[in-house]
Amino acid sequence: MTLIAIILIILGLFFFFGTSIGILRLPDFYSRAHAAGKADTLSTILIILGCALYYLDYSHYDLASFNVAFKLFVIIAFVFIGSPTATHAIMDAASSAGVEHWSKDKDKS
Amino acid sequence: MQFITSFILLVPFWFLMSGKFDMFHVVLGIISITIVSLWFGNMLIQSPKKSFPARLGEIFNFIPYLFWLLIEIVKSNIHVIKISLSPNIESCINPQFVTFKTSLKKDFSKFILANSITLTPGTVTVRISDSEFLIHALTDEVASGLPGDMESKVAKVFNERISK
Repeated sequence: MTLIAIILIILGLFFFFGTSIGILRLPDFYSRAHAAGKADTLSTILIILGCALYYLDYSHYDLASFNVAFKLFVIIAFVFIGSPTATHAIMDAASSAGVEHWSKDKDKS
Repeated sequence: MQFITSFILLVPFWFLMSGKFDMFHVVLGIISITIVSLWFGNMLIQSPKKSFPARLGEIFNFIPYLFWLLIEIVKSNIHVIKISLSPNIESCINPQFVTFKTSLKKDFSKFILANSITLTPGTVTVRISDSEFLIHALTDEVASGLPGDMESKVAKVFNERISK
């Protein structure tokens, strides 16, 4: 069980790593927000799932540990709702401030 | 009515979250649940006229939608990772704004649709004004695939009619 938890957490870390590279490499504000807002969700879900599994195994599946696992799942639910909403708010602010988006044809710096 | 419903909903939630059943925590829980449902009961239960079976049906329709959304999230993450790790990043993306009109009526179903679009591969909702969605798409193929079957899925969950 601990092995599954470790695999989940490492997968989550890999997705976080990919997100960071995406933020650094993508050309403009909007596409960077894509990377920041998307890959966050899955990596957070994976890491928290790994933590919950590890804690359940560590405390031998007693009632109190299920309580802790439930609280961790509530965190997942909030990330599920909060992450797209935050991305949306940032993008909306940028588009009303008039940030231009990058496109292939124009070669402006 | 709103007070009683939210009270009944919040009591098991308190016990799930606290996990303690001694006198102090129970009394504390009852007091805070009373205050919360007095102040925010009308926010939790938006339309008190709706019948109980209709509410239950919405919840049951929502669960398969949630699983479908989870699969879409995994796909979208892999999509973003693939783009950000590709060697020539500027050749595989073509960012653009797309607008489309939706025929969903309720605010809540529009919100669910916007969040689902944000979570699916390559698209982010930027703005909703009345029934117009402004969407930023990362590549050409996802821009042409909008809004897809997502709108009808959301409409099915909330029992709304959409006209094409």
